[in-house]
Amino acid sequence: MGVERVLRHSAWICWKDLLEFSRSKMRVVMLVLMPLFMMVMVGFIFPTGSTIKDQPVALANQDLAVNNVSMGDAFVAQLNAVNAETGILKLSNATGFDDIKAMIQDGKISGGIIIPSNFTADILAGKQGTITIMTDQSNPQTSMMVETVLTEVVDQLGTQIAMTNLNRTYNISLAEAPAVLNPYSVHQTGIVPGNPNYFEFVAPGIMAMVVMMSLMTGLPHAISYEKDMGTLDGMLVSPTSRWAIILGKVLAQTTRGLIQGFIILLLSVVLFGVVIHGSILLVVLLIFLTVFGFVGLGILITSFADKEETATMVMMTLMFPMMFLSGVFFPIQQMPSFMQTLANFLPLTYAASAMRKVMVLGAGMGAILTDVLVLFVFGAVMLTIAVPMFKRAMNR
Amino acid sequence: MSDVAISAVDLTKKFGDFTAVDHVSFEVKKGEIMGLLGPNGAGKSTAIRMLSTLSLPSGGKATVAGFDVVKQDAKVREHVGLVSEKMIMYDELTARENLKLFGKLYDIPTDVLDKRIGKLLEFVRMEQWADHRIDTFSTGMKQRINVIRALVNQPEILFLDEPTLGLDPQSTAEIRELVRRINIENGTTIILTTHMMIEADMLCDRIGIMDHGKIVALDTSANLKKRITGTDTTLFEFEIPNLTQGIVSSVKSLGSVKSVTQDDPTHVKVSSAGADSFDVLIDTFRKDGAQIRTVRNLEPTLEDVFLHITGHEVRDSVSKPSTPAHRGGPNGFRPKNRVR
Repeated sequence: MGVERVLRHSAWICWKDLLEFSRSKMRVVMLVLMPLFMMVMVGFIFPTGSTIKDQPVALANQDLAVNNVSMGDAFVAQLNAVNAETGILKLSNATGFDDIKAMIQDGKISGGIIIPSNFTADILAGKQGTITIMTDQSNPQTSMMVETVLTEVVDQLGTQIAMTNLNRTYNISLAEAPAVLNPYSVHQTGIVPGNPNYFEFVAPGIMAMVVMMSLMTGLPHAISYEKDMGTLDGMLVSPTSRWAIILGKVLAQTTRGLIQGFIILLLSVVLFGVVIHGSILLVVLLIFLTVFGFVGLGILITSFADKEETATMVMMTLMFPMMFLSGVFFPIQQMPSFMQTLANFLPLTYAASAMRKVMVLGAGMGAILTDVLVLFVFGAVMLTIAVPMFKRAMNR
Repeated sequence: MSDVAISAVDLTKKFGDFTAVDHVSFEVKKGEIMGLLGPNGAGKSTAIRMLSTLSLPSGGKATVAGFDVVKQDAKVREHVGLVSEKMIMYDELTARENLKLFGKLYDIPTDVLDKRIGKLLEFVRMEQWADHRIDTFSTGMKQRINVIRALVNQPEILFLDEPTLGLDPQSTAEIRELVRRINIENGTTIILTTHMMIEADMLCDRIGIMDHGKIVALDTSANLKKRITGTDTTLFEFEIPNLTQGIVSSVKSLGSVKSVTQDDPTHVKVSSAGADSFDVLIDTFRKDGAQIRTVRNLEPTLEDVFLHITGHEVRDSVSKPSTPAHRGGPNGFRPKNRVR
């Protein structure tokens, strides 16, 4: 069977698959909606600094003024000023520790601040004024955010008081004071212009994932479905080669994956403000490499899954770890070390990483060579295993 | 070229411990319609799948259109068409698109294919539906398209696996007529499986009765029936209200009469040989004063043949070992619903 004939037949099978797909309005709509949902979902589901708003926090100001001077009141004024800008906290009043504790237990507030009675006295005596921050331990995410915000406010206030003190006591001008207090300052800059957002992190990964899914789920599904329906027999009884059938299916699924990939790209740029810094050509190349990387795995699952139901179960079992461990949604660096090791064995990790480097950081071929090699080798090894398995499975 | 279209020698298929087709041997002549008759799970579909290269035999040998089904499977595929139990069509595609896809898998050039599709659609009077989607068709219309889909490569041999399963009576008649026309007009050799005695009787030149993976009898319908009644013997049933033992005895004493059985006081069954046996019987009854109310010519049915040969009724096979899932389970002899 000539290569040209296999290609011709696979083109017809691909034509059939895509035609079938395009005839179902629901499927076409889902083709667009799925990536959109995915982007919106992962884009908004994780708390970021800017998303936490109006966290109810109780404030107990027990500070006793000394000579009509209350450092506690100054702190509260400062806190209100900062909060007016950021809107992170929603402050209410409390009497003390027990009151705040009860309120946290009731779920009315997510944290509390206690300014002790000797706050002003301590500061005036040249000692440190202590502010107590109480957090809701049942909600670590929020309590961490509240803690961070409050610590920052305390820090800022402290620095301001220190600067005033320096100015008064040592006659150091307010402009020079920061350098005395903090000799080092940190300046943060990315290697590409613009502020990174979560979509920039997640969009390349989702692109790689969608391409992976179209091959890992679409391919076994497409073949086992036809097997169950009996239509596969029609192709098998014709003189076409088994390779034309699988290639046709791969072409159709790849086309679908590509379309979805580009929808994600488009959505990211148009709706979510993602800026692509690398070469589009390299992105496309990476998509094709991802296809190559996963096609073997897809064929392998197809060979094992004799029924559509089995295929779905096998796919799900393999897909979920890949989705969550490959750094598509969460950075791998945040995972515990054994999970990181595991992630290093998943090909999607490399596909997502390469895609991200190119899209977000504008990396060239040189920077993603390792990822490319791993993907290529994985694809080649998988194909070497899958081809004989598939032959055996299709062999009547 | 020999006049043999299909030849199977000891063809066997095992699924684990279960032998679906058990050393089956037969020949089908070119231009013949051969039927495989038997209950579900008898191995008919598995036999068809092996002959159409979809399933690899566990043993034995088969040639189809002169090619070995194992070693020359690609050659076999060029010469056969298959209508399987499940319809081989894509619902979202139009009739024409379906035919086009399968035609293209046989490397038929576009201009030739377009003409052929037109002719095939005309053949089943579906021209005006050519560009409608399959899922808008009735089951009967679907099956007509399904059958011509199997003809798109102008096969020498057509396999029909339960082609009228799940169709209404009118569509069933249509499809049977279509099968006959394909055979007569194109000279196509046809192997057809069915569990319907009538269908086998109507369509097939020869019938192979299958039971538990074996072909237990293979002959023309008439010859199969003669196994019960003998070469020139006929079976009659008389209803005689004033039947007496005397009448029965005098009939029994006739030289041409082979057997007489009396089921109840008024009915008697007579098996009699010779071309004039009926006249002789009537004369004898009349002479004895018998008043014949009705006479029935009891033509043995294939059902009787099946019972005679296998020792059990077709329905009995239900309780036997199950068949592999791909051919529908052993869900008895009642007609299954066609899938899709």
